This record gives sequence, C-alpha cells and structure tokens, in this order.
Amino acid sequence: MFDINLALQIAAPEALLAIGSMILLMLGAYGGEKLGRVVSLLAVALLIGAAGVAANAPLGMVFNGAFVSDPMSVYAKVAIYLASALAVVLGDGWTRRNGIARFEYPVLIVLAAVGMGMMASAGDLMSLYVGVELQSLALYVLAAFHRDDGRASEAGLKYFVLGALSSGLLLYGSSLIYGFTGSMRFDEIAAVAAGGAETGLIFGLVFLICGLAFKVSAAPFHMWTPDVYEGAPTPVVAFFATAPKFAAMVLFARALSEGFGGAHDQWAQVLVIISLISFAVGAFGGLAQRDIPRLLAYSSIANIGYALLAITAGTQAGLQALLLFMTFYMVDTLGFFALLMALSRGGRPIRRIADLAGLRKDKPVTTIAITVLSLSVLGMPPFAGFWGKFYVFGAALQAGYWIVAALGLVASVVAAFYYLRIIKVMWFDAPPEGEGAVDPSPRDAQWIGWAAAAFSFPLVLIALTWLEPLARNAATSFGAG
Amino acid sequence: MIGLPHYLAVAAILFTIGVFGIFVNRKNIIIILMSIELILLSVNINFVAFSAYLNDISGQIMAMFILTVAAAEAAIGLAILVTFFRNRGNIAVDDASMMKG
Repeated sequence: MFDINLALQIAAPEALLAIGSMILLMLGAYGGEKLGRVVSLLAVALLIGAAGVAANAPLGMVFNGAFVSDPMSVYAKVAIYLASALAVVLGDGWTRRNGIARFEYPVLIVLAAVGMGMMASAGDLMSLYVGVELQSLALYVLAAFHRDDGRASEAGLKYFVLGALSSGLLLYGSSLIYGFTGSMRFDEIAAVAAGGAETGLIFGLVFLICGLAFKVSAAPFHMWTPDVYEGAPTPVVAFFATAPKFAAMVLFARALSEGFGGAHDQWAQVLVIISLISFAVGAFGGLAQRDIPRLLAYSSIANIGYALLAITAGTQAGLQALLLFMTFYMVDTLGFFALLMALSRGGRPIRRIADLAGLRKDKPVTTIAITVLSLSVLGMPPFAGFWGKFYVFGAALQAGYWIVAALGLVASVVAAFYYLRIIKVMWFDAPPEGEGAVDPSPRDAQWIGWAAAAFSFPLVLIALTWLEPLARNAATSFGAG
Repeated sequence: MIGLPHYLAVAAILFTIGVFGIFVNRKNIIIILMSIELILLSVNINFVAFSAYLNDISGQIMAMFILTVAAAEAAIGLAILVTFFRNRGNIAVDDASMMKG
C-alpha cells in the first residue's frame, strides 16, 4: 500500500537539497572560509540540479496525502529553485565586496529552498506547517545576516517577532480546522467543507488566511516588510521578494482551492478585503518613500494584492494567472535588485532615489534596463508585467469581480507615479554636485539585471507562448472548484 | 466532568494572553519571546484536546512537531536578540526603531 520507492522519487528534489545542504555545511565548517566560494558554486549546482530533478519527478500523492506532486508543484519548484540559485550567485559577489562573506549564506538559502519546496507540495496541515517553518527559520537568520550592522539585526528581530506571531495564528487556525473537520488532509477537509463551512471552521479558516497573509506580506499584515527590505542586506532582500513569495502564494492557492473549494464564497470575501487594502497601502504608501528598497517593499505589497485577486477568482483561469503573474513579477524584481546591487558611487552603494540622478551619462545600458524593469513592474504594455496583470484582470472579470479589478487598475495608475519618478530622475536630473562618477559595476549582478530586462521585453513574447500552456496545464490539474 | 469545551477555553485564553503580550508590552523583547512560546503551547493544548476527542492520532503527532519547531524558533530568536544587543547595548522594545516611515 505504501510504496517507499515512489515516495522517495516524488520527494527526491527536497531530499537532494536536504542532504546536499548538510554536506555543504560540513564542507564549510571543516574547510573554513577559503572554501566559501566552492560552497557557493556547489550550492548553485545543487539548486539547478534539484530544479532538473523536480521537472522530471513522477506525479502523485504520498506519505498519507501529506506530500503532493502535481504539475502545479512542479512548475512552482522549478521557478523557486532557479530563483534561489540566482540569489546565491548575487549574494556571493555582494557579500564578498562588502566584506561579510560567510559560507553559511548559500547553506541557508538551500535550507530555505527545502522549506519552499515542501510548501509547494504540502497536501495536509502538517506539511504546510513544517514547510512554512523550515523556510521561515532560515529566512530569519538571513535577514540578520549582516551581524555587525544595527539595521540588519533590527530587521531580523522585527521579522522574527512578527513571523513567529504569524506562525502562531496559522497554527491556531490549523488546530480549529483539524478539530472541526476531524482531519489534517486537504482532500478530507474539502469533503467536510463541500457545502460551505460552519462557524468554527470559518474561524479556523480566517486565522489560517491571516497567518499566510503575514508570510506573503499582504496588507494589513505588512508592517514588517518596509523595515526588513530597508535593513536586511540587499541580496537577501532580492531573495525575500521573489522565491518565498512564490512558494507562499502557491501554498495559499492550494490550501484554499483544494481544502476549501466548497467554501469559496466565504473565503473570497476575506481575500477581496485583503487585496483591496494591499492595493491602497502599496500605492499610497510608496509615494512618500525616498529609499529604493523601501519603495520596492510597497510595490511588492501592491503586487501581492493582484496575486491574491487571482486566487480570489477561484477558477482555473485565476490559478493560471497567478502562476504567470508571479513568474513575471519574480523576474522583474530579481532584475531590479540585481541592478541596484551593481550600482555604487565612491564605494558606497546607491540606495536613495536621488542618488540615481544623472545615471544616463555614466551607465546608459543599465539606465535602459532599469527603465524597462520599472515600466514592466508598473504594468505598461508590452512588457512582462503587463501580461501578468492582463491574465489576472481577465480571470477576475470572468469570475465577476469587476469592481475589485477596477480599483486595482486605479491603484496601478497611482503607483505609476513612483516608478515614473525613478525614470525621470535617471534620465533628466543633473548628477549630484561634487561626487564622482558611478563606480564600475560587478559583472555578475549587472548581467543578471540586464538579462532580466531583456526577458521583460522582448523575450517575454517568445516565453509566453511556452509558459502559457505550462501554466494552464498546472492550473487544470489542480483541484480548483 | 471536564469536557472538550473547557480545554478549548483554556487554550483560547492562553492564546489571547500571548497575542496581547506581544502588542501591549512596551518594555522588553524577552517578554515577547515568552509570549510567542505561550501562543505555540496554547495551540498544542488545542491539538491534543481535539486529538483525544476525535480518537485520531494525527493531532498528537502535530503537537510533537510544534514542540520541536518551538525549540528551534526560540534558539534562533535568542541568537538574533544577542546580535541586536551587541549592536545596541540594550533590548528595550522602544529602541528597535532605527527605521521609520
């Protein structure tokens, strides 16, 4: 009945990463800092290998329904592991240039990737919790990675306290769901909640949604996001903004559509409110920001609102939109942060919008790349971000949420102001007086940023023909109502 | 006779105390760590009570997982707190405000 071989094949990517991370840890611990670069290279190879294994893993449900492998989880895992590999590459160079290189950095990213893989494959409340915690515990440490910096340790502390609180909410919700349905498995919960949820179950569901909303930094649970983005080391923020968000959104979609497909009317109301507040906070909160990572934090809050709108639709089109939107958002954000890491003036990294003034003269290609990525995140056609939003709004309209979609459109017009300001400062403002030119950029960060911009436009038009059927296949296989 | 509602009531009270401990306390970060522990343990009471009531073992397995994770979480929380103390020289909640906006 229980086939251990199949179970190991299905869980092979996570098992590979878990064992690999232990080997890397031993290598670093006994080899010392001189092996730091080797550990980073091996971690990148390990993550890319895991993505390859995940792409070819058999489909099915093992460990008593706790671990699911379907086209959705396969799509998510490949995207997550590749984004983590890029975060290792970016972080390796950045930590070395800033004198905080430690071999623990790649090991922690690999450990977080194990957790994210489990989140993408969670089939019951137990693996949901263990996956979320595996990921979060590694991320708390990463946020405080720059341990001699007051801001980084404050960011780590805030992230830890609010993250632990959100795990508590998530768990309290899971305990109520378990008690009122008598099962941990999403498919059995779905059978009980088929005709709508009763009061106790709704309480549990709301707690669960609040806990997950904390993890994806949706407003009104976003308090930690701007501080962590500002305080934590830049490559860590680039990682935070991409892979963990993707994993948490897939988990969100799976818990709600597979576990509570029958109670869609009840949870959709909660998600509509959360996404409306996220639009407002993300659009208006960003207007007053001067610090670029802080600005991107508000931008991510608004974008999570769009992703939640895709889940709210509760249809297969909505899930497909979620996957495409998050993929494009991940590429744009990673590229944006990579270019931010590549820029410095007089040895000090550029962090404020005003510091970008006159960039056009020193770095024309990078200026064009930042312009493309800004326009893409803003949702201007024909860039990648537009296609993501196009699918999200299409799914929302189809499901009858046209008021929310219209308000989302208003929010993206408001948010356009701060992206356009970045573009204006780079192209038209005079460079600051008395400061030298921008330093030569490190090659790794610069090339990753340029590649992301090239993907945003024009490569996205080719990629879309290939990603769109993949995402549709993933959404179709999903237990959406 | 003590039944399921009594256990659930105790767990709910402990959970509320824990959440209030995080938001109301303005003094010391150690108290926040204690509140987090209280929240996790109140959830454990819930799980074990439901597990006994439902005659289903998985709630107790979950309680074991929560205990393990709570220990790891406390270790990481204290480690971050130590780096914070080394940079600032104190652990008052109000001092954790270098970044605002």
